[in-house]
Amino acid sequence: MPTDPSTPRIEERDTPQGLRLELQGAWTSAALTSKPAWESVSAQFKALGEKKDADWSLEKIERIDYLGAQLLWNHWGREWPAQIQIAPAQRAVFETLAKYPPAEAAPSKKFNWSEPVVGLGTRLLGFFDHLKAFVRLIGQLLLDLLRLFRHPQEGPWRDLSGHLYHIGATAMPITALVGFLIGVVLAYLISQQLRQFGATAFIVNILGVSLIRELGPVLAAILIAGRSGSAITAQIGVMRVTEELDAMRVMGIARGFRLVMPRALALAIAMPLISVWTTIAALLGGMLASAVAMDITPSFFINALPAAVQLSNLVLATGKSVVFGLLIALIACHYGLRVKPNTESLGQGTTASVVTSITVVILVDALFAVVFKNIGI
Amino acid sequence: MTDNVVDIKKLWTVFRNGDKETVVHKDLDLQVARGEVLSIVGGSGTGKTVLLRQILGLETPAKGELMVLGKPAAELGKRGAASRVGMLFQQGALFSAFTVLENIAFPLRELKTLPVNLRRDAAMLKLQMVGLGPDVADKMPSDLSGGMIKRVALARALIMDPPLLLLDEPTAGLDPESSDSFCLLLRALHHDMGLTVVMVTHDLDTLFELSTRIAVLAEQKVIINDAPKEVVAFPHPFIHEFFLGERGQRAMELLREYPFTV
Repeated sequence: MPTDPSTPRIEERDTPQGLRLELQGAWTSAALTSKPAWESVSAQFKALGEKKDADWSLEKIERIDYLGAQLLWNHWGREWPAQIQIAPAQRAVFETLAKYPPAEAAPSKKFNWSEPVVGLGTRLLGFFDHLKAFVRLIGQLLLDLLRLFRHPQEGPWRDLSGHLYHIGATAMPITALVGFLIGVVLAYLISQQLRQFGATAFIVNILGVSLIRELGPVLAAILIAGRSGSAITAQIGVMRVTEELDAMRVMGIARGFRLVMPRALALAIAMPLISVWTTIAALLGGMLASAVAMDITPSFFINALPAAVQLSNLVLATGKSVVFGLLIALIACHYGLRVKPNTESLGQGTTASVVTSITVVILVDALFAVVFKNIGI
Repeated sequence: MTDNVVDIKKLWTVFRNGDKETVVHKDLDLQVARGEVLSIVGGSGTGKTVLLRQILGLETPAKGELMVLGKPAAELGKRGAASRVGMLFQQGALFSAFTVLENIAFPLRELKTLPVNLRRDAAMLKLQMVGLGPDVADKMPSDLSGGMIKRVALARALIMDPPLLLLDEPTAGLDPESSDSFCLLLRALHHDMGLTVVMVTHDLDTLFELSTRIAVLAEQKVIINDAPKEVVAFPHPFIHEFFLGERGQRAMELLREYPFTV
């Protein structure tokens, strides 16, 4: 038996007139939402079942609020029981309850065969919708660049330098660390294989071409997509949530010129620089690892590198990085501008932005590899 | 046990901004008795909202004692806090990812004891008690007007029938008509549910319509805490400016002009 006098409970008493149900304790949301109290009360209700002729007495209740009243009311089948003793203040609570229609039961989800088809169609159309908006964004960027070319003094230069710093300079430690470690790992793995053939000197060729042409730019792009792409989407998305985008529009400030273009320019400039920086760190890691694992001296490594890697590889890598940077910026802005004014959409937009930009970077990289397969190797 | 729902004694609030210290409250005393509607007024920067946040336990005062419902305010935020105090934030603070009904039922849902049907019924009841129809239940907060957001937020604050309700600028951003009906609603709920209400407001209409007491913050403390009539008569420059100044006069003039312009 509960010892606390304010625990909600029902006491059954047999009287000459029949069964009498006496409610005691506090029938409030605070009391009813404690687990033991709720379990004992619902068990009592279940045991009582449908006893229509019982005499309900609510006069000994310590306190009752709307939740407690709702519970009883639902048990009574939303009507007054035949016999009831109730104080006038309590009656008022129940009368308020009775005045309003109840909630409809939560709609049960039925499987609908047309749903997968409709879902697929919606997704396909959604993809075209994204594509259309993205193409429009690229066109707008070109127009904005034209405008910047004509009136350079109107350009958002301070913004550009701020973005360059945040996207480029502050990303240097992390890209260097990741690049360096990848270089070390690659050199160790390859050295095992090369030693079997006695071709250890080729480590310079393999590392040089793979890091400069491929891994450096892609690694840097993926890191920047995760780091700055998400930041750009979140920034612009929050501006949507707080109505700042609307405020800019009302003031006649073009968001393409003021928001998208500086970010796209900053990424297009910072991305090749970061990519070269990452490549250097990776080569450094590879050089050190080859020195430790295969006794290839750094001076040999540095001397052999220009012969192993043609200049066109570097040009290709830099060109690729510019494209990556532009794509990351545009995708991030695209998703940022599509955020709807609620927190859930902001989260979804940021996730979609990062996933899309990383996928697109790898896709475009594959495209570059196919198109330029005859150059530099 | 005293019958004070809120009991503030010798409260100090200090803001530090680098080396500069700003004392906002100094030895502030304030008591709110059960069943009262207390309005806190004061010039900007007198720490009205800060005081409200301290009562909620969202901020800790530098010094002093702050008891809410007989317990220190810092302990308020524990499990089931929604059954002790309800707060209506100025912008509503509805969870934008949930529907209206889910928003209202949220405090109950998080306790994970009650079955879903009872939660829905309880939420639907509160939704209708604040004067909204069942058709609003499945809408998202972004589809609601400002007045509706306030009502839904009020329904959510009241879902567990807390004895204490705090309001931050309840009628700010509402048009006069919805502001009036919101005042009526608050008064009816205060009467029906036996609430104790503490609110911060700048709106003179709301102030006189609802308050049983007014506490005036000035000179870092409560200079007077009394019935509206007594407060208006209290000789102090801020009170003179606030109630009888240009704004008050203008409001009264508008009231006088109103029948003729229609």
